[in-house]
Amino acid sequence: MLSREEITRLARLARIEVPEGEAEALLLQLNGILGLVEQMCAVATDGVEPMSHPQDVMQRLRDDAVTEADARELFQAVAPAVEDGLYLVPRVVE
Amino acid sequence: MIAGLARQLAAREVSSEELTRDYLARIERHNASLNAFITVDPDKSLAQARAADARIASGTAGPLTGIPVAHKDLYCARGWRTTCGSRMLENFVSPYDAHVIEQFDRAGAVLLGKTNMDEFAMGSSNENSFFGPVRNPWDLAAVPGGSSGGSAAAVAARLVPAATGTDTGGSIRQPASFTGISGLRPTYGRVSRYGMVAFASSLDQGGPLAESAEDLAHLLAVMAGFDPRDSTCIDRPRDDYVGGLGGGVKGLRIGLPREYFTKDLARDVAEPILAAIEELKRLGATTVEVSLPNQHLSVPVYYVLAPAEASSNLSRFDGVRYGHRAAGYRDLNDMYCKTRAEGFGAEVKRRILVGTYVLSHGYYDAFYLQAQRVRRLIARDFTDAFAKCDLIAGPAAPSVAFDLGSKDKDPVQMYLDDLYTIPINLAGLPGMSVPCGFGAKGRPVGLQLVGNYFDEARMLAAAHAYQQATDFHLCVPPGFTA
Repeated sequence: MLSREEITRLARLARIEVPEGEAEALLLQLNGILGLVEQMCAVATDGVEPMSHPQDVMQRLRDDAVTEADARELFQAVAPAVEDGLYLVPRVVE
Repeated sequence: MIAGLARQLAAREVSSEELTRDYLARIERHNASLNAFITVDPDKSLAQARAADARIASGTAGPLTGIPVAHKDLYCARGWRTTCGSRMLENFVSPYDAHVIEQFDRAGAVLLGKTNMDEFAMGSSNENSFFGPVRNPWDLAAVPGGSSGGSAAAVAARLVPAATGTDTGGSIRQPASFTGISGLRPTYGRVSRYGMVAFASSLDQGGPLAESAEDLAHLLAVMAGFDPRDSTCIDRPRDDYVGGLGGGVKGLRIGLPREYFTKDLARDVAEPILAAIEELKRLGATTVEVSLPNQHLSVPVYYVLAPAEASSNLSRFDGVRYGHRAAGYRDLNDMYCKTRAEGFGAEVKRRILVGTYVLSHGYYDAFYLQAQRVRRLIARDFTDAFAKCDLIAGPAAPSVAFDLGSKDKDPVQMYLDDLYTIPINLAGLPGMSVPCGFGAKGRPVGLQLVGNYFDEARMLAAAHAYQQATDFHLCVPPGFTA
C-alpha cells in the first residue's frame, strides 16, 4: 500500500502537481486500484514468457532513409510558444 | 444502413450533399441533449460531400463514397480539432491525418464530425470527458458507455450512419451494447494505429460502430490493412468481409465459457443473451462448453499494463510542442507539473500515477513483468478454447447501461464491470457486440461474439445471419425516430 510520501514521489516522477488538499483522496483511490491489482501478484508464473504483443511478432526493420518532407512550420503552428523555428521553454541553464 | 444509402446515391435518388445536410440537421436538433459530438464543421463536410457527388457522377464511386461517417475524437484529421476529450488538447488542430482517416478519404466518405469520448479513452461511461458526459439516446438518465460513447450515441440516435471508435479494454463493444448498435473490435494489428492518439499501445485497436453487421463489414473493408507506419500492424491481406456475409452459421461451433454465465451476470442481461444463443442454434450452429480459467485475473492485469503504457505514452504532453501550457510557472519542471495538473482530468492522472508506480524501481518485476506473464496465461485460455469451437459467445457487459453519476465515485467498481471485454484485448483477439434485446428499464443488451485471430469475416457472417433473423438492430430509440 502506498504512503503519503510515495504519492509525493510518484507525482514528482510523473511531473503532475498534486495540491496538498488532494493528496489524501488520491492516496485512497490509488490504494484501491492497487488492491485490485494485487490479486494477480500471487499467481504462479514460473517459466511463463512475458507477453507484450498478441502475435509475438518481431519489430520490422526498414531502410534508414528519409521518408518525410520538412514540415516544421506546419508542426510548430500548434506549439504553445515558438521563435525563429525553435520551441521556447523557460531558461534551463543560467 | 450503408448499403441502402449507397444504392440511393448510385441511383441519384439523393446526393451526398443532401444526405450530409440531413444528418447535420439531425445533429443540430439532437446534439444538445446527447452531447455526442465535440466538433462539427459543416463547410468542411459539405465540401467533401460535393467532391463525393462529383465522383459518383464520374462513375468511380465505391461503397462508402458520399456516406457520412463520424470519427472518435482521437483520430487525427488534418485541419480538424482533435481533442481526445481532454483539456490538454482542447485547441489542438491536427497537422496530419491518421491512417484510418486517409482510408476513409480515399473511399470518398464524408467526415461528418468528431465524437465525444472519455478523456484519452480512459473510462467506461463517457463521464470522464472534459467536454461533458454523453447521454444514452435510449434513456437520457443513462450513460452510453465508454470510451467511444459519443460514436455509439450518435449512431444509435441516427445522427450519423456509422462511426469509428477504439477499443483498449472494451471501448467499442461496451458502448455498442449499451446503445443497441453493432460494434467490432478487430484483431490487434489488423487496423493501423498511426495517427490514433495512443493510450495503451499493446491493447489499442480501432474499429467501426454501425447499425448492422453488414455495415461493419463495409467499414472494416476500408479500415483494415497493412500500414508500415504502425510497427505492430500485421502485413497480411484483408479478407472479403462483405463477400463473406452470406456464410451463415450452419455447423458453426459456438463456445460458451462457463465463467461467463455466473451470478455476476444480471438476469435481465442473461435472458436475452441465452435467447440469442438459442436463435443461433436454430439457424444451424451448435454449442459447446469451454472454460477460461484465468478470466478473473484480466481486470487486475489490465490495470497494471494499461496504466503502465499510458504513463509512458502520455509523457509526451509536456506543454512544449503542442497542447495546453500552464499560464504561470517558476521554471521548466514547474511548467511540466502545472501543465499536466491542469491539462489532465482526475481519471487520467490516477492512471498515469498507477503506471508510474508499477514501472518504478523495485516494483517493475512484481507488477509489470508479472502482469505480462499472467497476460499470456489468459491468452492461452482462449487458444485452448478455440481448439473446441469457432466462436465464443457471451455478454459484452454484466448489466444494461447504468445511470449517470451512479458509479463515478469509485473507480474500481467501474473497472470491474469490464470483466467480459478486457480479456479479449489482453489476448489481442477480435470481438464484437450485436444488439440482442432489452433488459431493465428498456435499456439495450448486446451479445458479444469473440473470434480467433483474424477471424473477423466469420464473426461478421454469424452476426449477419442473426440480424437476418431478428430485428433488434432495427430498433431506434423512441425520441429519435424523427
